[in-house]
Amino acid sequence: MAAAGGARGRTSFQRRPGAGPRPPALPGTRPALRRGQLLLSSGLPSLDCVLGGGVAVGTLLLIEEDKYGLYSNLLFKYFLAEGIVCGHELFVASAKEHPDNILKELPAPLLDDSHGKELGNEAAAVKSEDLQDSMKIAWRYQNLPKMEVSPTMHTKFGHYYDISKKMSPELCQSVKFHSFYLHEELPFEPKMKTWNMNSGYARLLQSIQRIISQEGFDGSDPQQKQRNVLRIGIQSLGSILWGDDVCCSDTPEDPQSLTKFLYVLRGLLRKSLSACIITMPAHLIQNKAIMERVTNLSDMVVGLESFIGSERETNPLYKDYHGLVHVHQIPRLNSLICDVSDTKDLAFRLKRKQFTIERLHLPPDLSDTVSRASKQDLAGSAKLLSSGCGAMAIGKKHLDF
Amino acid sequence: MLAELNELLGAAPERPDAGKFTLLRDTQTDGSFLVHHFLSFYLRAGCKVCFVALLQSFSHYNIVAQKLGVNLAAAKEQGQLVFLEGLQSCLDLLFGEEEQPGQPNPLQFLSGSSPDLRALFDFVRVSLSAAGSWKGPVLLVDDLSVLLSLGAAPVAVLDFIHYCRVCVCCQLKGNIVVLVHSNEDSEDEENELVVNSLCHHSDLILWAEGLATGFCKDVHGQIKIIKRLSLRRAAEQDVVQIYQYKIQDRNVSFFARGLSAAVL
Repeated sequence: MAAAGGARGRTSFQRRPGAGPRPPALPGTRPALRRGQLLLSSGLPSLDCVLGGGVAVGTLLLIEEDKYGLYSNLLFKYFLAEGIVCGHELFVASAKEHPDNILKELPAPLLDDSHGKELGNEAAAVKSEDLQDSMKIAWRYQNLPKMEVSPTMHTKFGHYYDISKKMSPELCQSVKFHSFYLHEELPFEPKMKTWNMNSGYARLLQSIQRIISQEGFDGSDPQQKQRNVLRIGIQSLGSILWGDDVCCSDTPEDPQSLTKFLYVLRGLLRKSLSACIITMPAHLIQNKAIMERVTNLSDMVVGLESFIGSERETNPLYKDYHGLVHVHQIPRLNSLICDVSDTKDLAFRLKRKQFTIERLHLPPDLSDTVSRASKQDLAGSAKLLSSGCGAMAIGKKHLDF
Repeated sequence: MLAELNELLGAAPERPDAGKFTLLRDTQTDGSFLVHHFLSFYLRAGCKVCFVALLQSFSHYNIVAQKLGVNLAAAKEQGQLVFLEGLQSCLDLLFGEEEQPGQPNPLQFLSGSSPDLRALFDFVRVSLSAAGSWKGPVLLVDDLSVLLSLGAAPVAVLDFIHYCRVCVCCQLKGNIVVLVHSNEDSEDEENELVVNSLCHHSDLILWAEGLATGFCKDVHGQIKIIKRLSLRRAAEQDVVQIYQYKIQDRNVSFFARGLSAAVL
């Protein structure tokens, strides 16, 4: 990159010569050199692919909860579990359940890496050409990778977890854990400056800021040799338990509290070595204007739509999956472009031990008569799914099958 | 600076305009590449730039500007660039010490003491009044829709823009470039109000939209360039040009609709 800069002759970018000793790399992180960012794993390697490599330090991942909050809770736990396995510090905030209980429910990692090795072997076998299972009919597909995971699964960047087992308490205690349970916190102190914000959110922001500055995540303590990353998890932000009525009424009392909270949180995250995951019951928010503003103020927004209780549960087209994944926003940080995968039609499935996000594959239509209803439904969902740069098909006239 | 966009707009860094209000608008896509373009364009042209960056940190703009050939840190040191980092000001306001009376925080409206954006306007006015040896002043705002999310009323935002226009465009003969988000079927009425009002008062509108047919790897979106000639002279009609674009690592290429490189 320095050479390219020199050839152009215009930029005055100078790469610092690597004279001094390089600081030790932070555990569990991977640099994204092109963008000058440090990436963390979200706990789910397939989600890392979707997000363009991982969650960047200093950014916010917003998960729009599915209808019953089951699957978004899983993603929340994966994020925290990954933090424990990598040795990061955790900060968990919730108004629903006590963070200590959340910590007890984290999935156990597959640390002996047997599963990881299996996948590694599979991919290696596919790469090592023909011999094993040469395809006779679909021979053109011989060399395609079997699974859509990034090639970094061979390194220690993402881990796999077993949902059927709980993480051992020794492993949980091995990292520093800060918790914020709204109902146990002291009431808002009057000597603080007037913040003009919902008091629950204000207390949470103060708590986060205190931890960041005390533990030195914002680099304020130059003596600190071993730097670490702080993973912040906030559960069900915006729900009524936080004291905000955004989810209950069409004209909430204080519609700007949530957006102000996200703005201040963004300021705190950008200034420190931390990353945050927030789950939000977006399906309950009646005022769509607020959701638009929330999306603009978050970095990555991923929405989960589960099939539970909807007519898609019994639809044979979706029989392999439990729900859809909508990527509403991927940021372009430090660069004009963003690294995202080209697959926009994503679905998730919860197997007995694992949760994966995959490309939506429709089963072949083997019925004798082509059913009109399924084709219409497909066209409808195809239009909604292919919203990559956020552009959704306006009007049905563009896609007539 | 994106060379192809300069050609389309008929602009050159050697002779920047004076007294123009440019509105950057994006719908269902990310129009921030336009902000990076104008930032590097005006710095290359030698203008004094006041950049109100409400949404991202300084290092983000710095890294992209280096790819476009401009060094923001050097410009800041020389005094050519006055950078207001909204995130930092907000943290200072909420977590910092009591402010000194001589230097009010530009984002004072956040603490609710004053409902208008007067402090922000004062900051802009003070930083652009002392032009020094630079050419005309330029105000760049990224992005205005965030002010609504932070609790400013739409009328306060419009007042702020009006005061800035009078000060920067009319009195100091400078330019203003503002980015807003909008959406055709958006439910955010306050935002639509601000955007519509700004559209009526701008000299040039650059409207970046996502493609109506969805995601495409080779064409990232469509840009509408509207030169509002009817604003100055009543008899003229606005000139509307539509191009499609593809964003690359250091450049954005523009082409006529349907003629992307992947198709030809």
